[in-house]
Amino acid sequence: MRYILMMHAPYGTGEYQVSDWSPEDLRAHIQFMMELNAELTETGELAGGEGLAAPGEARIVRAGASGEPVVTDGPFPESKEFLAGYWIVDVERSERAYEIAAKASLAPGPGGRPLHLALEVRQVMSAPLTEA
Amino acid sequence: MTPSSLDLNAEHLLRQLVPQVLGALTRRCGDFESAEDAMQEALLAAVSQWPSQGIPENPAGWLYQVASRRLVDLIRSDSARRLREQRFSEDLPQSWSQVEGFLDTETDDSLVLLLMCCHPALTEGSAIALTLRAVGGLSTAEIAQAFLVPEATMAQRISRAKRAIKTSGAAFELPPSGERAARLRRVQHVLYLMFSEGYVSSAGPRLQRIELATEAIRLTRALRCQLPNEAEVLGLLALLLLTDARRDARSGPLGELIPLDEQDRGRWDRRQIAEGVALLTTALSKGAIGPYQLQAAIAALHDEAARLEDTDWPQILALYTLLAGMSDNPMVVLNRAVALAMVEGPGAALAELETLARDPRIAQHHRLAAVRAHLLERAGAVEGAITSYREAARRTASQPERDYLLARAARLTVNPDLAS
Repeated sequence: MRYILMMHAPYGTGEYQVSDWSPEDLRAHIQFMMELNAELTETGELAGGEGLAAPGEARIVRAGASGEPVVTDGPFPESKEFLAGYWIVDVERSERAYEIAAKASLAPGPGGRPLHLALEVRQVMSAPLTEA
Repeated sequence: MTPSSLDLNAEHLLRQLVPQVLGALTRRCGDFESAEDAMQEALLAAVSQWPSQGIPENPAGWLYQVASRRLVDLIRSDSARRLREQRFSEDLPQSWSQVEGFLDTETDDSLVLLLMCCHPALTEGSAIALTLRAVGGLSTAEIAQAFLVPEATMAQRISRAKRAIKTSGAAFELPPSGERAARLRRVQHVLYLMFSEGYVSSAGPRLQRIELATEAIRLTRALRCQLPNEAEVLGLLALLLLTDARRDARSGPLGELIPLDEQDRGRWDRRQIAEGVALLTTALSKGAIGPYQLQAAIAALHDEAARLEDTDWPQILALYTLLAGMSDNPMVVLNRAVALAMVEGPGAALAELETLARDPRIAQHHRLAAVRAHLLERAGAVEGAITSYREAARRTASQPERDYLLARAARLTVNPDLAS
């Protein structure tokens, strides 16, 4: 079963302002993510994943009257959180996906304290068909 | 292997030889993990050398010799294995006739290899991956593609599986006679799951996934050659062929799901159906009826009906009743309810579904809601049908199935008179 683990980080003034972190804290954070990815590769569970660029660089795109892209810098929906990155894992049970999510949630922030970020876990639609 | 460099026949031949050669290697060196790695390297050598040098006169012997030399290198690189190296390299084949001798026990070794790859110490997913590589001769990259994971992930999954077998202490030999039946059932189950995994219709990675179904059929054919008198092995092969025969008809041009009752039966593979039916007939004559034979018999009844209305539902109902008596499986009871509805009408079947809804193993399953939706639709209960279709759509993890269920619900919402 494949699950996507979407890591949400608080927008604006929250703790997840990596640009304000000390180099040591940032390094520890990156190290943690790399180790987690290596571990998931080693267990044969990592199907994919990426970290996303800062939300300040995000653009909202809609089709204009003749289908042309209309690009704006925001304002973004009122959501308090943004998607910081995601993993796709291939696991035997949903519980294992939750376990991995909990592990990712412990990524260290300023002072090495775990951030306890929220991860949204959803099944990816790739199940075999049942005979109809 | 890259099929571009080796023609299809040569690739087919190469992959067929894998279990025989790997089985013989493992038996002699006693180290499945290293033997399997050496085998993969021999396959790579064949793919790069055969196109220019031609297929050797004795391809199995060629592979065996290349793999044995590589195996010695592998063992040598690990000092803890020195003793094994000595033992193994002392009797490296010196001549072709000696190679022939080593490969002599081909039949047993292939079977032992398959039993080992489907070892109960492995999860089903790992067993499928390892079987595809060690018995099917597929490369890690090909298997990774079939499972939609990166190659590094699949490589680790396979080496963990090999380690798990080693840790379990399994010897390279046929399991003791008391365990054989259970171990064979496990092999059959793994092959069945491999087939189901590939029997997916989705818009994206469809072609690669379909290969898994073909691979499962090929491996089941090989198993049948080794155990020609096992009725359930014949039954499994028949079931896979009879199900796979409908492959082209069960999805539309965009990968959308077409259910059995709406399929263009002209697109069913008649030759494959004939082969499946013949196999099933042989299996049934052996007098050891099992669940795969019963499922194959049900598939055959569907396949043999030229039109939907020709389907022999009373017979299908009788077979499901037998099958339900053999195992405690709520999915079988659910399928039986579908047949019951075709024989006695939706009312009787809906009553059965009430009982199933209290079984925690299936209560949340999308298929229970989907069957309820179909039955309610047939009973003319439009509102209930729409609700159940939507519930089933919410619960399924298969994209084409969700699209189909939502379309059924939408169709009734727009035109409630369609329910009959």
